[in-house]
Order: sequence, then C-alpha cells, then structure tokens
Amino acid sequence: MIIEQLKNSGLKGRGGANFPTGLKWEAVKNVSAEKKYIICNASEGEPGVEKDYFLLDKYAEEVIKGINIALKEIENSSAYIYLNPDYFPKLENKIKKAIGELPIVLFKKPRGYVCGEESTILNIIEGKEAKPRLKPPFPTEKGLWGYPTLINNVETFYQVARIAEGKYQADRFYTLGGQAKNKGVFSLPENLTIRQVLEQTKNWPDFDFFVQVGGAMSGEVLASSELDKPVSGAGAVIIYKTSEDSLSIMRQWAGFFMDQSCGQCVPCREGTYRLNEELKKKEFDRSLIEDLLFVLAETSLCPLGRGAAVPFIGYLNKIYGKY
Amino acid sequence: MANIKITVDEKEIETFEGKTVLQAARENGIKIPALCYHPDLKIKANCRLCLVEIKGERGLVPACRVQAKEGMEITTESEKINRARKINLELIFAQHFEECSDCNWGTGCRLLGLASKYKVNVKRFLDRKDDSKVYQFGSIVFDQTKCINCRNCVEACANQEVNFLEPEGKGYRSEIEPSKDEKKDCIYCGQCILHCPVGAIEAVGEFEGAEKILQEKGKIKVFQFAPAIRSSIGESFGLPAGSVMTDQLSAGLRALGADKVFDVSAAADFTTIEEAGELVEKIKNGTGPCFTSCCPAWVKYLEFNYPEMIGYFATTRSPQIISGGLVKTYWAKKEGIDPKNITVVSIMPCTSKKFEVQRKELEVNGLKPVDYVMTTRELAFLFKKHGIDLKNIKPEPADSPFGNPSGAGVIYGASGGVVESALRTAYYKLTGKDLPSVEFEQVRGLQGMKKAELEIEGKKIKIAIVNGIANAKKIIEELKEDPHAYDAVEVMACPGGCIGGGGQPMPVSEEIRKQRAAALYQIDRDKPIRLAHRNPDVQKVYDEFLKDDKIRHAVCHTTYGRKIKGEIKTLKNSKETL
Repeated sequence: MIIEQLKNSGLKGRGGANFPTGLKWEAVKNVSAEKKYIICNASEGEPGVEKDYFLLDKYAEEVIKGINIALKEIENSSAYIYLNPDYFPKLENKIKKAIGELPIVLFKKPRGYVCGEESTILNIIEGKEAKPRLKPPFPTEKGLWGYPTLINNVETFYQVARIAEGKYQADRFYTLGGQAKNKGVFSLPENLTIRQVLEQTKNWPDFDFFVQVGGAMSGEVLASSELDKPVSGAGAVIIYKTSEDSLSIMRQWAGFFMDQSCGQCVPCREGTYRLNEELKKKEFDRSLIEDLLFVLAETSLCPLGRGAAVPFIGYLNKIYGKY
Repeated sequence: MANIKITVDEKEIETFEGKTVLQAARENGIKIPALCYHPDLKIKANCRLCLVEIKGERGLVPACRVQAKEGMEITTESEKINRARKINLELIFAQHFEECSDCNWGTGCRLLGLASKYKVNVKRFLDRKDDSKVYQFGSIVFDQTKCINCRNCVEACANQEVNFLEPEGKGYRSEIEPSKDEKKDCIYCGQCILHCPVGAIEAVGEFEGAEKILQEKGKIKVFQFAPAIRSSIGESFGLPAGSVMTDQLSAGLRALGADKVFDVSAAADFTTIEEAGELVEKIKNGTGPCFTSCCPAWVKYLEFNYPEMIGYFATTRSPQIISGGLVKTYWAKKEGIDPKNITVVSIMPCTSKKFEVQRKELEVNGLKPVDYVMTTRELAFLFKKHGIDLKNIKPEPADSPFGNPSGAGVIYGASGGVVESALRTAYYKLTGKDLPSVEFEQVRGLQGMKKAELEIEGKKIKIAIVNGIANAKKIIEELKEDPHAYDAVEVMACPGGCIGGGGQPMPVSEEIRKQRAAALYQIDRDKPIRLAHRNPDVQKVYDEFLKDDKIRHAVCHTTYGRKIKGEIKTLKNSKETL
C-alpha cells in the first residue's frame, strides 16, 4: 500500500543519488530474509547542506513517523538513525523523545566524510574499519550484518510521512549558502530551476557569480548562464563571486578531499594528495591536474573519489581564467 | 558451472559462469595488468589497474570484480584505458621507493614491466615516503617506503589469524604497521612476503646477506638444502612448478663454492625416527597428543599463544638443526675437522627458519648447528648472479653421508608428509614389521585440515593435519576440551606445508603449490627405500654415534618455553639488518 503510494508520488531519494524511493522499499521488502534493517542516514557530511539538521530540529516527529512506516512495512525490521556527530549534542534529546519506545537506535556517526557513504555506514555500525564496500552486493540485498537494509536520507523519511498523511506537495528542502545574502533552508517545489530557486528565495546576486550545486565540496560548478535546470544532489546551492581567488577555492576543495580520502584505492588516496600538492604552487601544471581529475573521476572505487573531481572539472572549464 | 562465451577485444573466448573477467581473460592468455589481485586472496579492487570497458556499462570497470556473463563484450586496451593505467601507475611509482637491485621480484617485477608497456614516467611525481619507516621483527623486514597500500599482506596475515600487520591512519597517511598489541606477535611465516606485489616485505638478509657467506675465508662451507626446495627452485629459472632439481641443486651449490652439499631430507630421516619414537611412547602411555615440531613458525605460535600446551610438542629437533648438529659433531670428527671451522648454511623454503637457528637452546657444544639460513629466493638470486643456470647444469648427487634420503625424508616438504613418515616408522616400532603399503592417502592433499584414523595392531591412532596456522586454533580448542581427541597432530604454518613456505619463489598459487607437492610424492614413489629407519646411512650413524643417549639428546632433542612478544626494531633502511 505505502509502496504504491511512494511509487505514485514519484519521490526520489533526497540524499543526493535520486533513486526512486518506492523501488528501493520494494527491493528490500521482496528479499526473503529472517530480519532486515532500516537506516536513516542523518550524517549530512557534505559541507553546505543543512536541511537534515533543519528537519530533525523542527520536524523530528515527522521523520520518526516516516521511519516507523518503514518498520511496519518491512517485516522483522529494526532501525538506526545514523547521526552527524556535530548535531548529536543538540538533537539527541529531541530525537530520543520522538523515538519513544520504537525499535530505533540513535547511532553517533564518527567524524569523516567517507563515513557518510552508505556502504561505509554499514561497516561502521558493524564495528569495522571506516571504508567503502565493493558493490554489488547492494545494501538492499546484503546490508547490515549481511541482511537486507533500507538506507534513506532524513528528508526522504520526512516526505514518506507526508505522503502517508496526504500532505505531500512534491516540494523539497533547499539550502542556500556561500555568498548568498539570504542564507538558510527553504521548502519549495522540487521541479524549480536553480534560477527560480535563487529568485524565489531572494538570492539572485547583484554581482558576477557562479554556483556550486549539490554541496560545497562535491557539488557541480555552474556558470550563471547555466541555471535553467533543476537543483541536483542534496539540494544545496552555494553562491560564489567570480572575483574570488581561484587558487583558494581550489585549494579548499583539494585539502578537504585529501583529508577525507579513506586511502583504500590508488586514484583517490594518491590523486587527492597530488592534487593538493600541485595546487600549492602558484603556477600549477594544468595537464597534470587534468590527468589527476581524469583518474579520480573514472577510476575511483567509491563516490567520494569520483565526486572529488566534479567541482574542479566544472570550475576549470567554465570559470577559471574567464573573468 | 555452465559454459559461456564472451568476447574480449573482438575475440570470442569460452569460460565458465562465476569466473571474473580478469580470470577468464588471463586463462585465455589475454593480459590485463593487476597488482592487488592474488588468486589466494579476496578481491579488493584497490590498485585500479585492471580497468576495462564493457559494452553497455558506464565508464571503466575493474576486471577483477566483474563476473563474466554470456555475450559480454569487453575491451581491455583503448586510449582511455591506457591513459588511466598510465596515470595510476605514475601515482603508484611515487609511493614506492625503488630498490630494484635488491628486490624479491628481481627481473620479474610487474611494476617495471608495466612501466615500459604504458610508457610510464616513473619520476613524474616526487617520492612522498620520506617519513615512512622500515621495521624488522624477527626474520622479517617490512619497508613502508616501498608499500603501495594494497593490503595483500594484511589479508595474508589475517588469513593466518596472526593479525600482526594492521592498517593505520587514513588517506595518503595510511600505513601498514606491525601491531603494538602485546597479545599479537609475528610467527615469521612470510606469507606476507609471498603476497606483496611490490617487494615491500622481505626476509632478513634478502639479498645482501647471501653473498657475504660465500666470501668468508678459511672455513669449510657445508650447504644443506631442504626437502621442499627441490621442486620449486626451477621456477626461478623458467621451469614449470614441480620440476625436480635435486641433483642440479647439488651441482649448482658446488659451483657456488660449497665444500660439501648435504640433503636435509636425509636428516629428516633422523627426525622421523626420533619423532616416531616419541609418538609410540605417547600412544603406549596415553600421555596426550604428539605435536610435530619441525615448523618453527608453529613452534613460535604455540610458545607465544598457548604456552600451556608446549608439553605436547615432540622434543625432536627439526631436520636442518639435526643435520647441522651432526655435521659439527659426527661428521667433523670423522673428517678430522675442528667444528669451529665449519660454516653450515641451510637453503630453506622458509623465513621462520632464519629465526629458528638463533635459538640458544639448540647449540651443540657451544656451537650453533646452523650458521646461516637462506631462502630459496636467495639461492636463486646467487645462482643467477654467478651465472649458474640451473636449467642447463650437469646434475650431480649430494655428498655422503647425508646425501641419500629415504622417500619419507623427501615428503616432509608437503603437508601431511611428516606424519606420514613418522607413521611408516611408528608402525615398525609398534609391530616389528614394515608396512606392506607405505602410502597414507588420507593425510595427503592441500586442504587446510585433514583428519584420519588408523588402526595398528588393534590400536586406534587419531591424527589431525593442519596447514595454514589459522586451522591450528581449531585443533587446539578441541584438545582443550578433550586431550585425547588426537594422538598425532602435524601443523605447518604455511598453506600446503613447506612447498608453500614464505621463502619460496614467487608468484605462488594453489595450482603451483599442488605441483610442487605432487613432485615430492613422485620422488618418494621412485625411491628404492621409503622408510626412514631403513636408510643405511642413517642406521650407520645410529650405530656409530647416536647409540649414546646423551649424545642423541644433545643433537636430536630440544626444549621449549613461553615466549613474550619479540622486539620490533626501526631500521634506517632495509640493508641495515646485516
């Protein structure tokens, strides 16, 4: 019943990967297993995204309601809320109160970007090393301790509750940041273009700008002329002035990815390190950078490594040296 | 497994469902580079070199972890693939200090092969390992400056359930570290060495040490080679695994400057007789199981992890130690040589044997029975360096009196061989008769755990045979419950026994281990004498020398003791061990 409703609503995962929620639920429901797990991913590790905090702070009960719907729909299941360690002290009491007697464990995420990656979450809850697993198998088939596991983002569970209550309006939560004059989290229709989001949140800049969409690290870089498309990823729009120092922008990205790489695969461990080294120079070697971005994007083992190339590629092709 | 057809580089090949693309390609002679892949280990897919393109799939995918499916179309070389491999190789080179003249892989280095194939600029990035360390623990040297973080060693160590090598840190700061946990210690089995694709781990002495022995002046140099190396060293000269090189070894060692060449298999016949004696005593008196004691990694394992069990060990010394002891007593006296002027060098398939010879309690008349142990790899290195081509050398037999082993002494190199040899002789000791058929098929084979029950004169003998030290734990747990669960327990720390030892040529795989073992059993079948106690050379030594119990104990038996964790030294470089 709820799965049909989810399918009809067209709800897609709000963690950033956009996978149709109804299909994911169905996959977990249809596997036969003696028990199953549900994980609400509240790690929100991507800088620039703040909507999960906003939702858990303002609407914890709705989020728990969404998880409870999953608990009922998926037989013999129990759940985890995997919470960002910075949010933990502020939200612990609120969430625990909303959980009440439900079989939901509040789990404090360790620090580290890769710890928010869904297969890494499984390793961490199991007490193993914080590194991504090879896929397949996908968590829906073999997740936590080998059991089928449904992993959805905080906002996805919130929207599930809204769908069950007949209140869903195909809206989503956008985080506006960077040089935006009107920063914050906004609920607006999900099909808005980036331009419309900037306009409706009163954030259209009065300076030359570009944006990074999806998150302040792995988000895609778009020029101000490319904004007639929907907001991707976890719904964040970060505004930059084109006059900002390009080396400091790129160094910030490179340093972040280098520090957050788990070190498992060659292109990410070595590539992010070399990227950071090369960008320490005033005059960097563009072809070397492009080679590094190529192997990061094309050969990394997990989405972190592949995502690390994204902002650089857009920035170098569209913004760097053009203003 | 169903037969399927896939297309690789526009060529149709047949394979089986369940094979990966990498396996299917390699089995059909199509080369796809890979460093972290090893047939003994799980797929980790972290070196990102085996990338291929598959029609219908986005981007590059690692061939090591994609299963072949009917009709799959695969491209293994393209501009994009080659670019990715080249850059990833350049990144790997930048975290690997090259020390090519002194590497376990020698001319077989895969990194260098790939560098020339993909036109890699090996100096594109500056080496970044200035702060990395070189460690020595026991007979193992771990050089972080060469490590490429593939973690094969960590897995090999975990498969042994030794868990001494641990990954630490993250990102580019991650390193493999020897464990600081007081409850974990290395047993020097060297499985990490065999599974390292880039030679970051080696045995102490590889290869700077080997040459030094040859240069020693004024000493009688006695070389003795282990059972398991005769069927493996040929691999270092391009011969197939399992090529028997016994007499080529003797000839090669003489060409290298050996004054005498002995075969440790002949000394194994002494071990068999002594150990069979202990086994028979324990069976008669019901005094608990008899553990084999010739694998020094197993000895260290028990002394460190289960000291309460060391009473089960046979006190019989390992073949190389008995051999060295006899050389410096019996043989020295016979030849009229001062034993102080003899240097005994063992060639072993083993890295733990380097540790064994340092044990103080093994000294005979104040002298170490064996002065130096080199691995099969070290000997192959020396042969090549001195232009000795084992493939084409004229074979010569080893020297008397320790040059002609029984078949029993040769099968020591394969898992089950020690127990089989001991049983052949124990049967005689229990019944006064020789076995009508000497082969014990139940104890042979490469499976990690073998159990068998035999009846001799109405007496049931329960046997457990383990290879791969992780399996030993299970037997130990069983014995804790019931000390009479087994009468004889053979443990070899390495998969397959010594033929899969940490000092053996690389690469190694299940198939290679199988062939090395099969060759030893073939030698046994071809031997006119297959029972240790029927070896006339051995009988003669007993008659002339070992009939004195005091001497026999001094040369053939030892003691064991609780071990604390060994020291982990930090070295300046991997050459400092000398």
